[in-house]
Amino acid sequence: MARSVIPIGPYHPLQEEPEYFKLTVDGEKVVDIEVNIGYNHRGIEKISELKSFDQVTFVIERICGICSTSHPYAYTRAVEDIAQVEVPERAKYIRTIIAEGERIHSHLLWLGLAGHFLGYNTIYMWVWKLREEILDVMEILSGNRNHYAMFKPGGVRRDLNPDDFPLVLKKIDSIVPTLDRLKKAILDDPVLHARLKGIGILTKEDALDYSALGPTARASGVAKDVRKDVSYGAYDQIDWDMIVTENGDVFDKVVVRVLETYESIKIVKECLKNLPPGEIDCRIKDIPPGEGIGTHEAPRGETFHYVRSDGTNRPVRHKVRAPTFMNLPTCHSTVIGCDIADATIILASIDPCYCCTERMTVVTPDGKQLYTGKDLVRLSQEKTKKLKRML
Amino acid sequence: MAKLGIKTRALLKSPWVFHVATGSCNNCDIEILDVLTPRFDVERFGILLAPSIRHADVLLITGAGSRKSMERVMRLYEMAPKPCLVVCIGECAMSRGIFMPSYNMPKPIDHYLPVDAYIPGCPPKPEAIIAGIVKLIEKKKGGK
Amino acid sequence: MTREELVSDLKERFKSDIIDFYDRSPTRIYIEIKPESLVKVASYIFKDLKARFNIASALDAKTHIEILYHFTLEYLRVLVSLRVKLNRDRPKIDSLAPVFKGANWIEREMNELLGIDFTGHPNLKRLLLPESWPEGVYPLRADYKEWDKNAVRDRGV
Repeated sequence: MARSVIPIGPYHPLQEEPEYFKLTVDGEKVVDIEVNIGYNHRGIEKISELKSFDQVTFVIERICGICSTSHPYAYTRAVEDIAQVEVPERAKYIRTIIAEGERIHSHLLWLGLAGHFLGYNTIYMWVWKLREEILDVMEILSGNRNHYAMFKPGGVRRDLNPDDFPLVLKKIDSIVPTLDRLKKAILDDPVLHARLKGIGILTKEDALDYSALGPTARASGVAKDVRKDVSYGAYDQIDWDMIVTENGDVFDKVVVRVLETYESIKIVKECLKNLPPGEIDCRIKDIPPGEGIGTHEAPRGETFHYVRSDGTNRPVRHKVRAPTFMNLPTCHSTVIGCDIADATIILASIDPCYCCTERMTVVTPDGKQLYTGKDLVRLSQEKTKKLKRML
Repeated sequence: MAKLGIKTRALLKSPWVFHVATGSCNNCDIEILDVLTPRFDVERFGILLAPSIRHADVLLITGAGSRKSMERVMRLYEMAPKPCLVVCIGECAMSRGIFMPSYNMPKPIDHYLPVDAYIPGCPPKPEAIIAGIVKLIEKKKGGK
Repeated sequence: MTREELVSDLKERFKSDIIDFYDRSPTRIYIEIKPESLVKVASYIFKDLKARFNIASALDAKTHIEILYHFTLEYLRVLVSLRVKLNRDRPKIDSLAPVFKGANWIEREMNELLGIDFTGHPNLKRLLLPESWPEGVYPLRADYKEWDKNAVRDRGV
């Protein structure tokens, strides 16, 4: 019954007339790139002004489905900054568990998509199957696979049930052997070394000039991570390492994300074992007039929320800045000068919200369209096959 | 019971789906991809992602219909070979949900296109998506 | 450099540019400066103090338009925000895009959502709003009204 058609993109060939990333090429090299965004612009900052402080948490969870927790985390920290309150210890640990669980699932998702772009569809299927275990863990802990609705200004909304912890720890431990095998397969594979090393290099100077964030910057030697630079959550009470590499190419970005997954697993297990007893909510009564800033290290980088209040129960202004906003312009310096076949993987390596990367066209300097996004993915997969034959 | 034309019968046996995101948070999109991965695996039922709109039998729409993306979706729908079923997945596609007051989201999707099925949820679980597609296929087989 | 040295350095160096200096908490400093001094102060903080530019947030405060530029100094664990207040009828300020590339996109966004003009920006065209959006209508302003006659503002079901 099942046909034997190989899906060229399990993801949305929206390239009928995309002008999302417009690459201008000369021969095989990209000479210019133009980025058009705005397809997902939902005017959330304006919607926040209509909702009360508690309701805003639900709205901004839905800014992104993949790093859904990072926005409520930064927002609740901003509101707590206005009110100058301290969240109880148990709430900090629960927040950390949810945030790190999300980081694991987000990095695995990216790894699967990157595997697909390179033509390693087995990695894609394996990693997404592994990811289902993490989504099960999040469902046991919070009730939903995504959009956990655990955060509120002042603490967390629901407590965790310690009866669930043995099953949760068992599930987390069950993914580690497969992750080890994947890590070995990815980091020691000569084809991946040839394919990804030296590609799409973001220099440290550029990373600082663009104010790039997250694994994109840490792969270029910029040792900045909100979890280490700011004292919040349970991060300063657990022993974990910040992963920084020096070369800034796509291979380093893969390494940073794979190793960060291990650190996140470590943090989640430690938090579950050492969860302190106590209150989960410090019950803020009113938010006084003032302004507050909250940040959090999302899987892609630092999320930044600024909230201004005038004493009523609605924010007067809510500014949201997702990390991809600072990372996406770096494509001007990483993609220009590269081969067309590498364009997809370089753009994917900054880990934008995935529906951004497939909408690409390639044009010659006089405007004639040469390739579509689907073609670019195919070119990328073919280059990997060619390298496999050579090695 | 009405007799189904050959085109509709072929569609219902192995529907090829084409997915469009019109201003969503991508969660529904990820759950649609999840439905194709080994745990749920609808490929064994013949449901595959169509490589282009011209091979599509079912159009899956997520997202609240932002202005820029709806211009493109209308063009896509015209290019799709009829009969093409339209399925709205998620709260945003059904009525824009919490994004109703947004200045960039003027109308719900079914004010632009005729919709055949709605799958609610934020996001709908993969089981719900499969149940929705099966219900749609059975409804169409029943000749409505 | 310690945090106290940072505070006294900024207060001393930009004595004539600072209108208000609010040392709010160990991790938050809010400095209001004159709009003409923006490039000078921001360049010093970004280049000499090696800060990281977080983002700029603009808002319509009904009597004026205000922009806040946020910088993080990780080694001191402090976030410095520069505030400038602009005339609401013709808000205009120098662009920071020539100073560091991270300011390029956010200035385009503030331009189309609030109508602020950035002199010296290399490419001040639309970033987020569609081409069909009317000119001169700024969604984040307090007096924004629905211009689209076809919009459905109830559930639509």
